[in-house]
Amino acid sequence: MSHMTKEEINEKAKLLLEDLINREEPLKTKDRMKIPAQLMPEQDEFARRHNLDEVSMGYTMEEAKLEAMRCLQCVKKTCVADCPVLIDIPGFIKHIADGDMQSAADEIKKVSLLPSICGRVCPQEVQCQQNCTVGKALKDVDKAVAIGRLERFVADWERATGNIKLPEVKPETGKKVAIVGSGPAGLVVAADVRREGHHVTIFEAFHKLGGVMRYGIPEFRLPNEIIDQEIDTLRKIGVEFKTNFVVGRTRKLMDLLNKDGYDAVFVGTGAGLPMFMKIDGENLVGVFSANEYLTRANLMRAFDKGKADTPIYNSKRVAVLGGGNVAMDAARMAVRLGAEKVYVVYRRTEKEMPARVEEVGHAKEEGIEFHFLQNAKRIFGDEKGRVKAMECLRYELGEPDDSGRRRPVVIPGSEFTIDVDTVIVAIGNGSNPLISQTTPELEVNKWGNIKVDENQKTTVDRIYAGGDIVLGAVTVILAMGEGRRAANSINQVLAEDIEKEAKRN
Amino acid sequence: MSKILHKKKLSESVYLMRLDAPLIAEERQAGQFIILQVNEDLGERIPLTIADADIEEGSITIIFQVVGKSTTLLAALNEGDEIPVLVGPLGKPTHIDNFGTVVCVGGGIGVAPLHPIAQAMKQAGNKVTIIIGARNKDLLILEDEMKKIADEFIVCTDDGSYGRKALVTEPLKELCELTPKPDMAIAIGPPVMMKFCAETTRPYDVHTLVSLNTIMVDGTGMCGGCRVNVGDDIKFVCVDGPEFDGHQVDFDNMISRLNSYRDIETTSHDCELDKQVKDLEAAQ
Repeated sequence: MSHMTKEEINEKAKLLLEDLINREEPLKTKDRMKIPAQLMPEQDEFARRHNLDEVSMGYTMEEAKLEAMRCLQCVKKTCVADCPVLIDIPGFIKHIADGDMQSAADEIKKVSLLPSICGRVCPQEVQCQQNCTVGKALKDVDKAVAIGRLERFVADWERATGNIKLPEVKPETGKKVAIVGSGPAGLVVAADVRREGHHVTIFEAFHKLGGVMRYGIPEFRLPNEIIDQEIDTLRKIGVEFKTNFVVGRTRKLMDLLNKDGYDAVFVGTGAGLPMFMKIDGENLVGVFSANEYLTRANLMRAFDKGKADTPIYNSKRVAVLGGGNVAMDAARMAVRLGAEKVYVVYRRTEKEMPARVEEVGHAKEEGIEFHFLQNAKRIFGDEKGRVKAMECLRYELGEPDDSGRRRPVVIPGSEFTIDVDTVIVAIGNGSNPLISQTTPELEVNKWGNIKVDENQKTTVDRIYAGGDIVLGAVTVILAMGEGRRAANSINQVLAEDIEKEAKRN
Repeated sequence: MSKILHKKKLSESVYLMRLDAPLIAEERQAGQFIILQVNEDLGERIPLTIADADIEEGSITIIFQVVGKSTTLLAALNEGDEIPVLVGPLGKPTHIDNFGTVVCVGGGIGVAPLHPIAQAMKQAGNKVTIIIGARNKDLLILEDEMKKIADEFIVCTDDGSYGRKALVTEPLKELCELTPKPDMAIAIGPPVMMKFCAETTRPYDVHTLVSLNTIMVDGTGMCGGCRVNVGDDIKFVCVDGPEFDGHQVDFDNMISRLNSYRDIETTSHDCELDKQVKDLEAAQ
């Protein structure tokens, strides 16, 4: 959220870095604390309203080194404790400060295969950066060491070298693992299981890979070429991909185990049916789930109007309902598709919003108007059944609910109407019913999410699950954490198999 | 990737294609559909019902009408060409059982998805009455195939150029008035035709299934674009359907949603639909 240009940020960084390098004494803690938090260079807030290019442009070498020098290399690594995949954060940051980028990359990749993605989309302010000593000392989480930006820097640096080191793969074991869904959870399982020497096939229902990272998260946050590159790495280590394949329908889940010779299956089918508000007018023309709106724009490339065959609604005044990252993505995409006015309507306050702070900031810069403590009551249509207005209610915060957030309470008689032609509903997803409909053996909870134990094992032997299909809608990194756990379980079961077979022979 | 094994023009704008799809052929059941894209990168996903399958050949048959850009591009492909994206079978299969007497009503291109259902109903031991109709003789498809299955067969055209000059709702009404009345009806065709079939059987309390072809993007229960009001519930055609109780479906809302992109689409599709709406409404 800088208001300095890319050039200005870099000029400042260069001068300061030169100063610090020319010092004779080593840096002390108080010197490090004095280094200003490096701003992220960003695309101009007006220009970016008309393109899909990435908003955050990434640190330069000087900015990255300076930011890395802010890290105090604490003995007690509070940042690591809050990372779902336990990256040795001070370890890789020290390598950056020392100018050894390859070692920094190697350090991250010991545990995270997808750093260029996590560096961009993890909610660092509630994970690693939340308990950063620097941020705490400065009493401002925004001044914590920018771990996510550094992670991204390292990953982008390695990609730019054109020489991405492939993870080592152990000798072939002859065991086969099927992975259902190529989203973040599935990709992590694929990497971890493949590295043990097992054959891995990823089945993807869509024609393109990456799951929510492809159809959901827009390119201005996560460019497609980055997903492509991560998938290319997997392909190079021998992971097999089958697109346009709906497990459950094209082939039954149990058939993969019983007929096709897979020794284990991981189900990472992701988000399911979008939730709606259950209000009047929700099926009018011009009401979309955020999933549909974003899938059209991203996966089906409707952003390329005139080139893509998939149409997207011609919206001028848009209301987005919800306060998460998906709501931010949909609102910001609507701006880029030419909407003149975009509102985010959220029934709590900014403090309770689940979206990443950075995305909210970017959305505001892009002219999106936030309506807090409001919610939709009903949607009005014209004679052709198209949205023409939305009636809202005002709320106030009451007692905390189960989630610990204060419950929004409606203010009676507070109705008012806003003129909109489009309503995008981004209030979450139910579970995807396809696997459970076609796999009666698999137990699901009352919301349809697949039941797993602490090892991600489902109620059926050799079937594991993780990500949104287990947790409901969560973040990319939490899905990856589940994937890692599932992969460990699968690797363990297969190792036991191999051991048993060796004894028998 | 799926190779076109066979292509045949059935009428002015209707084509039949047999596609190489061994896995889909093996798994598919009556009532299910596929989604295809003619262009992998920039193409649109179009849902089409599976009209037939041949497990031995490893093929499925689709029948489609040229109504927009994607179907025009599809019709321009020839035997030996590849369709880059083909996924399925999707949707819930039709519930097949021995219900007694089943009336199968197909309008226009809707005869294609009706074919495997009528076949399965016949095999399950039902007495199958088939009514097929189209605007004119040239638009009638699968007449011989349907005749083979039917215990009783009625064909009608709106303009009287072939068979009986009537809308399909006329013979349907006559059948409902018989004693005993049919145990069940299945109507597949343009939305307006299904709507009026459901209205025809409603007073006689003849359970009527319809197969909906709504706007759809992923087809696997993720986007929600295919939602329809069924009774008091919102249902998703791709995973809850495509078949629903016709007496419960809110057809008017569904038809308005089908026109969501009308101002963007530059095709003749909606005009055709419009004409049918007017024809049918005039006839009621």
